[in-house]
Amino acid sequence: MNSIAVRATADDIPITREKLSIRGLSFFYGDSKALHGINLKLHERQVSALIGPSGCGKSTLLRILNRIYALYPNQRAEGEVLLDGENILRPDQDVNFLRAKVGMVFQKPTPFPMSIYENIAFGVRLYENLSRAEMDDRVEHALTKAALWEEAKDRLGTSALGLSGGQQQRLCIARTIAVKPEVILLDEPTSALDPISTAKVEDLIDELKRDFTIVIVTHNMQQAARVADRTAFLYLGNLIEEGPTSMMFNNPKDRRTLDYITGRFG
Amino acid sequence: MMSLYSRRVVRNKVWLSLSVGAAGFGLLWLVLILSTLVWNGIAGLSLSVFTEMTPPPGSAGGLLNPIVGSLIMTLIAVAIGTPIGMLAGTYMAEYGRYDRITYAIRIINDILLSAPSIIVGLFIYEILVVTMGHFSGFAGAVSLAVIVIPVVVRTTEDMLLLVPNQMREAASALGAPQWFVISRVAYRGAQAGMVTGVLLAVARISGETAPLLFTALNNQFWGVNLNAPMPSLPVVIFQFALSPYEDWQRLAWTGALIITVAVLSLSILARVLLSKGVER
Repeated sequence: MNSIAVRATADDIPITREKLSIRGLSFFYGDSKALHGINLKLHERQVSALIGPSGCGKSTLLRILNRIYALYPNQRAEGEVLLDGENILRPDQDVNFLRAKVGMVFQKPTPFPMSIYENIAFGVRLYENLSRAEMDDRVEHALTKAALWEEAKDRLGTSALGLSGGQQQRLCIARTIAVKPEVILLDEPTSALDPISTAKVEDLIDELKRDFTIVIVTHNMQQAARVADRTAFLYLGNLIEEGPTSMMFNNPKDRRTLDYITGRFG
Repeated sequence: MMSLYSRRVVRNKVWLSLSVGAAGFGLLWLVLILSTLVWNGIAGLSLSVFTEMTPPPGSAGGLLNPIVGSLIMTLIAVAIGTPIGMLAGTYMAEYGRYDRITYAIRIINDILLSAPSIIVGLFIYEILVVTMGHFSGFAGAVSLAVIVIPVVVRTTEDMLLLVPNQMREAASALGAPQWFVISRVAYRGAQAGMVTGVLLAVARISGETAPLLFTALNNQFWGVNLNAPMPSLPVVIFQFALSPYEDWQRLAWTGALIITVAVLSLSILARVLLSKGVER
């Protein structure tokens, strides 16, 4: 039926507790409604992929989970997003604190115009007062986790803008890990990278799910099949279907999911 | 076919020669002005220009007091205008980017940017010179600051708007509050351009005469008292150049050359800084 190789079968998925619970979530850009009553549960220490054609709302959904959308006027969300049972859409939720708990890596690498070391220390300094030695350890730890330590250890003081695109993206992942978040949101993290860098980042995602809850938006169905435990398919702002990745790719229930993953549209 | 092509070639030649001619015409006057300035200015250039006070007609002297006066007033103007301009520009680009008031401020700022400087002089004359009862270096510095502000507002806002929003999102996504995102990330991306804006503002005010005529006036003697009339290069040039005395006229040429060289160096410095900023 399709040739996409799925890495995990439903039985391989670790049974973990619910980390994020999205309930009746709608989203508006001004007057236009981009999401229509989404219900979705995301589990701890699993990789959940959001797939769907362009404009289906998958990035929009991701951007609600750390409330980064709130940087812009005229964007608003309705409904509930529970993080460990707490609604993060509450008006009194401290968004900065939320974003330290729910980290995000973007489509294009976004290194800050400062040294590699400073890029990582940047976020850590916001919430922790570390000694120089502790900070050195944290930087090394984050870079090691992001599989960048070997390449970067001799040039920590040089500008992060001198790294290649793939290295910059791993630096951004390292920067996010360094803050010790609970959830990591990845918004098409490899769409600007070459195949080798993409493979490295995908390996990294596999590593990271031991410690973090990961939500990834991807255009690339093979990628979803390779890295995700569970996959959700969105279409025109609606959640069409969600389930274990193997089921979604081998035996989808909805006709539209089948059409999308077999390349009939999107 | 061929006639269409050859007609196009002819038309191209006509327009090209018109463009070259217009450019040459503009450049010709610039070269004439500059060469006259250098020719007449260098004749009077000597060490005494930088060490002696402005003389009475017929005796030897220099331009020390107006040079110092210009430096003092420029420095104070920049010290007043830069923080106000940068904060306003920061508000417009960061906090109030989508607010209606920002659009209003931007239009008003653009008007201020191109307002005749004599109006600024009259304005400060009314609110400072009249209330204080006398001309002063301080009033001169404030009128120059009023000219600095819109230049700095404009460049600060423009440079901050050039910083990609992805940078702000990336910093915010780490949990950074907005003031932190602005001061550590946005400013860092925009700093070369913002410094350039200040340098351009300095270049702009170093030649301003009209606002100083109404505020700092002039002073024949040495004086760094901000509460008294203060000499400045542009005003001295204005006064000396209009005088019938040949030695005063010579000093005016030299003063003009000094300002021109100073502004030219600032502009070059600004361009170098800006190109460095873009490379990064």
